[in-house]
Amino acid sequence: MSIRPEPFGALVYDFATRRLSFLKTPALTRVVRELDKHPDVDTALAAAGVPAAEHDKYVKALDQLLAAGTIRPLPEDEGSR
Amino acid sequence: MKLVDHFQYGLDAPICLTWELTYACNLACTHCLSSSGRRDPRELSTEECKRVIDELQRMQVFYVNIGGGEPTVRSDFWELLEYAIDHQVGVKFSTNGVRITPERARQLAAMDYVDIQVSLDGATPEVNDAVRGPGSFHTAWRAMENLAAAGFTGFKISVVMTRHNVDQLDEFKRIADHFGAQLRITRLRPSGRGADVWDELHPTQEQQRQLYEWLLAHGENVLTGDSFFHLNALGSTALPGLNLCGAGRVVCLIDPVGDVYACPFAIHDEFLAGNVRDPGGFTEVWRTSPLFAKLRQPQTGGACTSCSAYDSCRGGCMAAKFFTGLPLDGPDPECVKGNAERALELVGAGAAPKPDKDHSRRTAPRRRSAVPVSIGWGPPEDRIPDRACDTSPLAGFRLPDPRRT
Repeated sequence: MSIRPEPFGALVYDFATRRLSFLKTPALTRVVRELDKHPDVDTALAAAGVPAAEHDKYVKALDQLLAAGTIRPLPEDEGSR
Repeated sequence: MKLVDHFQYGLDAPICLTWELTYACNLACTHCLSSSGRRDPRELSTEECKRVIDELQRMQVFYVNIGGGEPTVRSDFWELLEYAIDHQVGVKFSTNGVRITPERARQLAAMDYVDIQVSLDGATPEVNDAVRGPGSFHTAWRAMENLAAAGFTGFKISVVMTRHNVDQLDEFKRIADHFGAQLRITRLRPSGRGADVWDELHPTQEQQRQLYEWLLAHGENVLTGDSFFHLNALGSTALPGLNLCGAGRVVCLIDPVGDVYACPFAIHDEFLAGNVRDPGGFTEVWRTSPLFAKLRQPQTGGACTSCSAYDSCRGGCMAAKFFTGLPLDGPDPECVKGNAERALELVGAGAAPKPDKDHSRRTAPRRRSAVPVSIGWGPPEDRIPDRACDTSPLAGFRLPDPRRT
């Protein structure tokens, strides 16, 4: 898995599945990069400066990334990735 | 801003990079977009190719589409393939199958991050070989058998859609299913030798609708390289993929001699951005070339702006317009609304720019044509007669300059 920063956010490439995903905002890119440093998604979103009003939208985006295998739950299941 | 709008202004590195490794090819397909055949003596060396791969790794170009010519006829092809993969640059390569032996197929099946595209332009030998040459169907078929037997599933069968194979779409799909492969169909472009056969090979208006409907019915299971977005104007349902010309914005081409073009279908000086051998290499060309900067500016729809379908087709393919002599801000030559017909009539015979790079093999030995030779001393420019009708055989003759030898 590799993340390439771009003006709009970032490209994420999974070498195993050859799947290319787009992180459509810089904030979402920060969230994905830092996700494993936070106990849960809400804390990660807050730390990345995502306004509370947009949390739902970001959770939806993270759900899609989870479904694509871009991120995954931590083994001890206390957060994501 | 939507993602497609960001793409319009270009990215820090290409998403989809085509790299043609050699102009050498064992085939001579009539529609070859790079007019391949003979190797070019200036082609990048193994070491130079590796430096390009290093750069792609630094730029995080996650994968390249390698083609040619026939890339596998380069003796260092397998070495470069391994080098790319070891440097986090995945490879999808196109081949006519000539070197895909059972051994190579097993080797490829054991590698990660490699994908293969076998070219096939007819579901039957008759249709395929008419374009790709005698025996080429058999060669491709044997390669696909070898890949399937080695357990390489999900390779791609790549078909250029022509007037003669649109009716074979279901048959192509059956062939792909038979080999556990995935069908990929792309658009015929009037590029390279394709300029010579485009008139007789490109699908008719009726076939374009057939193609659009077939694609809608088969959805994301069939790959298209997003090359049919001009068909989106046919209906309210858009085909999956990007409906934007990505030339110089998200795609580009590196040719065998290191020249960087805006897209694989635009091998012409008009779309030449630089060379990977220039100072700063490919990175510098991608980021600072004036041509790419121009392509990344907002484009006007020109004559198309007033068309109701402009948002779905965005004027179509830049290369197709260029090589048919149409203005780049006008309709695509295959505009499904028929808006290009009048414009194409106005272009007139011979007015379209000719592809200016040709590596086709000569079908007959080069004939030695007569070369004007003047007998005497000194350079020939000195011995043009003063007057055409001069009776003296020594008209304009000067004694050779003793300082010049």
